[in-house]
Amino acid sequence: MKFSIQVNEGPYQKQASDTAYQFAKAAIAAGHEIFRIFFYHDGVNNATKLAVPPQDDRHIPKLWSELSKEHNLDLVVCIAAAQRRGMMDADEAKRQGFEDNNLIEGFRISGLGQLIEAGIESDRLVVFGA
Amino acid sequence: MGLLHTVNKSPFESNTFDACLGYALDGSTVLLIEDGVYAATTGTSAAEKIKNASGVTFAVLGPDLQARGLESKLADGIKVVDYEGFVNLVAEHDSVQSWL
Repeated sequence: MKFSIQVNEGPYQKQASDTAYQFAKAAIAAGHEIFRIFFYHDGVNNATKLAVPPQDDRHIPKLWSELSKEHNLDLVVCIAAAQRRGMMDADEAKRQGFEDNNLIEGFRISGLGQLIEAGIESDRLVVFGA
Repeated sequence: MGLLHTVNKSPFESNTFDACLGYALDGSTVLLIEDGVYAATTGTSAAEKIKNASGVTFAVLGPDLQARGLESKLADGIKVVDYEGFVNLVAEHDSVQSWL
């Protein structure tokens, strides 16, 4: 079955990012396809490459990045939510005159249309939030 | 099969559990996750509501129950599932409503 996931909450806030990650892993293990994971509202903070959590804690952005690499997942960050919160990919950082971007590998920035498409193309859309 | 509802907040913190029960139709399933697992604890008003909600199936996410030390306080009539079981519930129902 084709699943998509929406994450509305940042890492280390409530449990939403952790639950979404564990759900995605279990769905893949059960043989389902993940069409897309869409990060909306504070969920865009899951995509930061500047997080340095304590070594004995889980590194949530890195976990997403690794999962994406391993299973070729499409991790999409909402552009309007991202711009408000200072999340930039290389192109956008350049356009805004910043020296560097802060998006970890495996994520891309795009629009809300990607969420609508995920809803249409997937058999199930599961939302995780605070 | 009907709708899968997920409730992720304690019934003592938020009214989403009650709101969910108000909308859950016969044949639907309510899955308690994150702090929502507090609704599955014995001796609470929430557990009483679960007992009286006929036609609706209740499940709780085991790892979240364990993380809060509530395994021994689980009320009767609630199925414990792991993340694989969560995925199966999503696949078995027509759609998912997350009560956030």
